[in-house]
Amino acid sequence: MSSIYEEFSNIPESSMNEIKELTKGMDQSSRKKVLKRVSEEYEKAKINPGEAIGIITAESFGEPGTQMILRVFHFAGVAEMSLTLGLTRLIELFDARKSPSTPLTKIYLKHGYKTDVDKVKAIAASIKETKLKDISDEFSFNLTQFRIEVLLNKKEMKELKITETHVVNVLKESLKDLDVKDDNGTLRIKPKEKDSLSGLYKLKEKLKYAAIKGVKGVEQVTPVKQENEYIIYCTTDNLKDIFKVEGVDETKTTTNNPFVIADLLGIEAARKIIIDEAVEVIKNQGLDIDIRHIMFLADVMTNTGVIKGITRTGITSEKESVLARASFETPIKHIVNASLIGEVDNLNSVIENVMLNQPVPLGTGLPDLVATMKEDAVKGKKK
Amino acid sequence: MVEHTLIPEHKKLNEEDSEKILKKFNISRKQLPKIKANDPAILKFEPKKGDIIEIIRESPTTGKSLFYRVVA
Repeated sequence: MSSIYEEFSNIPESSMNEIKELTKGMDQSSRKKVLKRVSEEYEKAKINPGEAIGIITAESFGEPGTQMILRVFHFAGVAEMSLTLGLTRLIELFDARKSPSTPLTKIYLKHGYKTDVDKVKAIAASIKETKLKDISDEFSFNLTQFRIEVLLNKKEMKELKITETHVVNVLKESLKDLDVKDDNGTLRIKPKEKDSLSGLYKLKEKLKYAAIKGVKGVEQVTPVKQENEYIIYCTTDNLKDIFKVEGVDETKTTTNNPFVIADLLGIEAARKIIIDEAVEVIKNQGLDIDIRHIMFLADVMTNTGVIKGITRTGITSEKESVLARASFETPIKHIVNASLIGEVDNLNSVIENVMLNQPVPLGTGLPDLVATMKEDAVKGKKK
Repeated sequence: MVEHTLIPEHKKLNEEDSEKILKKFNISRKQLPKIKANDPAILKFEPKKGDIIEIIRESPTTGKSLFYRVVA
């Protein structure tokens, strides 16, 4: 039964499953006929060697891109969260900017957490970064004792489940050389070494923004109900620290920054997130670009094992030919550098051959003539 | 080990299979796409330079699809 499918191993899995479904109840010989036809058609539908797929991809993105341009600065997404959408986001993604302008992490929760509203709220609260100024009412100087006094807001602290001793311990750890004491809701902070007055003032500013609790950089946290479970959206790409939070499902939680994904989960995961993000943007705009183009772009971007953008510092710098690199951006820089180190251009690619008015190795220009001469013919010629 | 829905299955090919793949596509190792030796998804194989990694992707168009990367 299975052997007849193995014969047509060139048919991709998804099409094969479809055929299996459609040919139910057919006898063996007619099923084989179907498979043969599909196999032939599949071979015909394949892209030919030498086809200029890069330019097809560029055109496929270019045309819908002109429609996108009119609706760039839209703010949408979940709850009050703003998200960069449209062409801006697409450019950001394909240029491989180190950090997105609106980082976003989508946190999935583990079993036992994801349906419990109270637990979800507790996790959301524990993720949000709390600074000292968020839980205190007043910062004041006591100049006679040369110290800073911080009046803590007990009500706020109770809500966030923070104790005074926790605050003291965290401050002692994060800011060295400090003498921190808690006196019934008032922190008395004194630098161990006697400092100038302006030093004390700088310390006060530092204290205001000292992190007490939560994940670094998380400003906004929004739990959202999706189908039967809760998902938490938060404005950060600090996935590493989010993974450490209890209750977070680290096998599903993702962020929209491919670089963070590449660091934590590898280049294949980064490729996947580039595709997912691009598809999301395009779908959001009500446009339709075949996913194969996006997959191709993501493949090119991750070809070297690290993410390279479609820029002059990214994939273009990987090109072998000097003239090809020079034709994109900053030509003088490339040509001068190449002449300094004596680079050789083998004219293997398209653009350098266009420059030199030669046939390009594309389509019908690709194949070279290879002939095996018959021995007698060679001998005959020599005579 | 790192596990995530975004990471497809990675497999390290043995010497014999590696040669088969190179022969099948008629290419040298240098021409394959690369993967870093310290890539989190392949750390468990203790990869060495030149190893070929087979990646079994779940493609939205073809279902299961095979991809190869060489450790660089």
